[in-house]
Amino acid sequence: MANGSKQIVDFAKIKATMADPYKHPVQVIDREGKVVNPDILAKYSDDQLVDFMKKMVWERTLHEQTMNFSRQGRLGFYAPTAGEEASEMGSVTAFKEQDFLAPAYRDLPQMIQHGTTVAKGFLWSKGHVEGNIHENKNMLFPQIIIGAQYVETAGVALGIKKNQDKDRVAFVYTGDGGTSQGDWYEGVNFASAFQAPAVFFVQNNGWAISVPRYKQTAAETLAQKAVAMGVPSVQVDGMDIVAVHEVSKLAREYAAAGNGPVVIETLTYRFGAHSSAGDDPSRYRTKEEEKPWFDADPLIRMRKVLTDKKLWSQDQEDKLVEEYKDDFKNAMKEAEAAPAQKVSDFLKWTYNVPTPSVKKQIAEFEAKESK
Amino acid sequence: MAKMTYIKAITSGLDQVLNDDPKTLIFGEDVGKNGGVFRTTVGLQDKYGEDRVFDTPLAESGILGLAIGLALTGWRPIPEIQFMGFTFEAMDGIVGQLARDHYRFGGTKNFPVTIRTPFGGGTHTAEMHADNLENYFVSTPGLRVVTPANPYDAKGMIISAVESDDPVLFMENLKLYRSMKDEVPDEKYTVPLDSAKVVREGKDITIVAYSAEVNESLKAADALAKDNIDAEVIDLRSLSPIDTDTIFASVDKTHKVVVVQEAQKMAGVGAQVASDIAEEKIMSLDAPIGRVAAPDSVYPFAQAENDWIPNADDIEAKARDIFNY
Ligand SMILES: Cc1ncc(C[n+]2csc(CCOP(=O)(O)OP(=O)(O)O)c2C)c(N)n1
Repeated sequence: MANGSKQIVDFAKIKATMADPYKHPVQVIDREGKVVNPDILAKYSDDQLVDFMKKMVWERTLHEQTMNFSRQGRLGFYAPTAGEEASEMGSVTAFKEQDFLAPAYRDLPQMIQHGTTVAKGFLWSKGHVEGNIHENKNMLFPQIIIGAQYVETAGVALGIKKNQDKDRVAFVYTGDGGTSQGDWYEGVNFASAFQAPAVFFVQNNGWAISVPRYKQTAAETLAQKAVAMGVPSVQVDGMDIVAVHEVSKLAREYAAAGNGPVVIETLTYRFGAHSSAGDDPSRYRTKEEEKPWFDADPLIRMRKVLTDKKLWSQDQEDKLVEEYKDDFKNAMKEAEAAPAQKVSDFLKWTYNVPTPSVKKQIAEFEAKESK
Repeated sequence: MAKMTYIKAITSGLDQVLNDDPKTLIFGEDVGKNGGVFRTTVGLQDKYGEDRVFDTPLAESGILGLAIGLALTGWRPIPEIQFMGFTFEAMDGIVGQLARDHYRFGGTKNFPVTIRTPFGGGTHTAEMHADNLENYFVSTPGLRVVTPANPYDAKGMIISAVESDDPVLFMENLKLYRSMKDEVPDEKYTVPLDSAKVVREGKDITIVAYSAEVNESLKAADALAKDNIDAEVIDLRSLSPIDTDTIFASVDKTHKVVVVQEAQKMAGVGAQVASDIAEEKIMSLDAPIGRVAAPDSVYPFAQAENDWIPNADDIEAKARDIFNY
């Protein structure tokens, strides 16, 4: 500034301090498997901790089995989840059956934990309508349009509030890339404006297909975006299942108590490709970048904590993996036995009351299908 | 001349326009380092730098707004919308803003924006990745909507689109990307944005189609030929405007016509073609206008696509009906 006079406002300083409240992501178990927050860990029983591990092993096995099925051409679109187990299992287990889940395409594991079946997950991937139907379960199908589930969640949360449902919230997931969509801001802002009970998760796995997180925004954290909407937010180590669970539970309590929404950014990593549809991460990221993240594997970390407590063994894990694999193979058989879909049904479902021309088309297709 | 796939032909055309006009810019999701999720822009960032070929944050509305603003400041933007199903996110940008702006500025400003987007079914993609959404755009004044059906046209038309001072929606067919090869000149050439093309000459019946359905129509024509029904096949290429001259000339020759589209039947491009023919050439017709289209349901779940999308058999059957009328 000329003449050394003081500026009335210092934008550079404002920018430099915006991320200050987010500099220390919540953590209970660090990257080396050391417990850095023993008070929090102590709140969890041995059974709960073992259950966390089982859920992560379940998800990793599901991932591996699904990749196999994909290679065999037995699935359609599938978004790999390895690396994100702590973020996905840690969060979903903090919610109750009555809570409403709005998943993205990478959130099949949470859907299954929240009450649907593995076979349905496979059917969704294969492009079969049965995979979209989760009757009497509080969830949407996996959303393909990035951000759309955020605005819809605001609506679900407002509906919950208007119904005066007690102890009930809506929870929703996007990726880091998703936070760039207008719908993301609109969803968080609406929920905030209506003080509706929603928990918004951003699973920041570092990449939106080939675009790194730092190219989505110049904001230092994604969590801080919530501030503009008047919503409290937090960054959590997304490869630490205890930390994710603890934070999710607190967020749920806060929202369910009528305080309005919360935004949670989980810092995680996608180990594999973006999807089973031909993405090759080696085109856009390096081994050097990947290594520390692979080392931070949430399973390795939890395995260490449990082994130290003599609650876990490799044998036990191997046995579990085999059990889970059998379950998944059976689920695949179930999915593959689903009856073929009919275009006449699609036509019947397009309207509640079919229009005259649609009625004609239903008849045409029924005639074709009965041949 | 080299044999090129449809996708390579587009890459080659984009390479040429970037080379020739420093004001051209390619941007969108994953178009840079990754070269697009289909690799359509592969190598272009390496060649022209991150200033000319760049990734944006993940927001289609933002991408279209950026394009409009860049056009206003003298640039020639070539935004990519990763899949046509995601144009809904950019609907205001395309339909509410871009398409109207030349008019709103009283003709004093040009908006030379080429929106590239893949579309088209039959490859078992996830939901919203395959739909034919052209009907939303062809009813938008101010916007040109084109879709090549072969590699030669793909290169010539992408160059014309970028060089056009009107906004163009350039639809690239997913199924055609790698399924066909053509001789494509290495040098620059253009194919007009408002002309249909007779891709097979015939005297007995006219089949009007576009995009992947052109190939289905050619297959149907081959099958009909076995019974000495000589079908003429017209590739529309441009869906807005529609080249009625080429269609009318053919109808005057064959007096019978079938209109084919992959999209749902209701208010589609085929309906427009049929009504143009009815309006001008009804006295030249010896039979009703046949139509082949997808049924009016939401786009099907992937496993059922093959039962839903009109194919050569459907076209052949309809053509026989009309021929024998
Ligand atoms: C509206 C919309 N635009 C683009 C896409 C294509 N697309 C699918 S996933 C993806 C990247 C998403 O990255 P992120 O939000 O970080 O989630 P992640 O896949 O990493 O979990 C893109 C661009 C889409 N599905 N929807």
